[in-house]
Amino acid sequence: MTAEAIITTPKLIVRDLNFFYGDYRALKDINLTIPEKMVTAFIGPSGCGKSTLLRTFNRMYQLYPKQSATGEVLLDGQNLLDKKQDLNTLRAKIGMVFQKPTPFPMSIYDNIAFGVKLYEKLNRNEMDERVEWALKKAALWGEVKDKLKQSGTGLSGGQQQRLCIARAIAVKPQVLLLDEPTSALDPISTAHIEKLIDELKKDFTIVIVTHNMQQAARISDFTAYMYLGDLIEFGDTSSVFTNPKRAETEDYITGRFG
Amino acid sequence: MPNFLRESLHKRQTVLDSVFRNLTRFAAFSVLGLLAAIIASLVVGSMPAIHAFGFGFITSPEWDPVNDQYGALIPIVGTLITSGIALLIAIPVSLGIAIFLTQLAPQWMRRPLGIAVELLAGIPSIIYGMWGLFVFAPLFADHVEPWLNDHIGTWPLIGPFFSGPPMGIGMLTAGIILAIMIIPFIASVMRDVFDVVPTMLKESAYGLGATTWEVMMKVVLPYTKIGVVGGIMLGLGRALGETMAVTFVIGNAHELNQSLLMPGNSISSALANEFAEAVGELYTSSLIELGLILFFITFVVLSLARLMLHKLQQREGHGA
Repeated sequence: MTAEAIITTPKLIVRDLNFFYGDYRALKDINLTIPEKMVTAFIGPSGCGKSTLLRTFNRMYQLYPKQSATGEVLLDGQNLLDKKQDLNTLRAKIGMVFQKPTPFPMSIYDNIAFGVKLYEKLNRNEMDERVEWALKKAALWGEVKDKLKQSGTGLSGGQQQRLCIARAIAVKPQVLLLDEPTSALDPISTAHIEKLIDELKKDFTIVIVTHNMQQAARISDFTAYMYLGDLIEFGDTSSVFTNPKRAETEDYITGRFG
Repeated sequence: MPNFLRESLHKRQTVLDSVFRNLTRFAAFSVLGLLAAIIASLVVGSMPAIHAFGFGFITSPEWDPVNDQYGALIPIVGTLITSGIALLIAIPVSLGIAIFLTQLAPQWMRRPLGIAVELLAGIPSIIYGMWGLFVFAPLFADHVEPWLNDHIGTWPLIGPFFSGPPMGIGMLTAGIILAIMIIPFIASVMRDVFDVVPTMLKESAYGLGATTWEVMMKVVLPYTKIGVVGGIMLGLGRALGETMAVTFVIGNAHELNQSLLMPGNSISSALANEFAEAVGELYTSSLIELGLILFFITFVVLSLARLMLHKLQQREGHGA
């Protein structure tokens, strides 16, 4: 069965997406459907375009003048790549967490409130509630509730990354983009984050880029294998890992290459 | 290798290591020694003036070589005001230059503009002084000062600072010339520290939907504040001690005026102008005490900056 047939509620639909770094074509005619409230993993060797694909979803590439994308990325039917699409509205709907924890140089509380303040006018009480909500969702509340006024940069690496997740979900996005979120973390912190991702998919559509195939197998519902800018195979995770349709995929997941 | 050879090699390495260690230590400690020697000679040299005028030296506006009466109030005020004006202008302009160079300018424009800023820093101060006196001051007198008189000069409270005869030279002109001189220093330090902000940190803020302005003000500036304050202090240090350019345009008048358009004097300018003609122990000693005060002001400013940074960090939660 194809992935498209299983996905009954698509959240993001990618159509004929091409991406360019200057003249270099980094993504080639990508077509993909990402299901709502599930975890979709992008795997593949370095330079295959998985992070590039992720970064088109919130148009992060627009910060860099030489990067451009053609095609469509539809969020609930609305084309995100449309020039008329407002960037702030887009980024309120699609949150992102990066390879390394990136706490802002401010208190834990302000780290969470930062994004919320960009979109909503909340009074003190409402903001307190929102911060608590986000930190609880990110499974960090218990560890930091007595030191909300302290700097976010003083936390451990794993805590910092959960702070970044809390910061991303505090604005109540619909989609959460995770770009190798555990690559800088120790195994215990990684396990924490993976458990958290499993919890978060109840509320958010999650797209994760990972170098770690076991991680993709453990936490994702759907997996896309990419190579040199092509989407080689996309399907539900168990079929991709146990019964890959393409030889290239099999070579990669069995460790024969990559 | 025979044993005795290995031992002698080992011995030689130990000796070389200890020579190297002592050389570097000597270099480092000689800085402390120089500092102490300079302070000591300033203090010794200003002793006669300190005995003669005591604390009143700082508060007295009197500067009368004929009657051997000296007070430092006018040059102290002049130094602080011109440096203050310079910072007031230089900080926002440098911030703008650094933000543009690191965040907004297209890639091909960054290097040439950056080099231009650095070249500006390399211009000798006497050239700034000449330019200030012969080019800037007349233009300022003809076009800007009349406007200041007519418009801001009539405002309550700050009006008196901006009304007076349009002479071109004076405290305001000195402050502006100083600003032009310190902008390249502050801007290039700011540019360097903005450049080391991790891309991912900025992208995190952009990813939440922040605008360039918000990313700069709320993420990049707080992240780099130590470097930014350091750059400002570097500029301030230069402004406080700058001699040549200020001498040209400040007017060198021992007068205390409320108007910034009027001539005044600064510590370094007074020193440069009067040392050659200083006769008598008390005159020379008073000038040396002026130097000591300049040294002290610089020291206090730097300490305050450190204190401020410490407070900022505490408020942010590092100290808790």
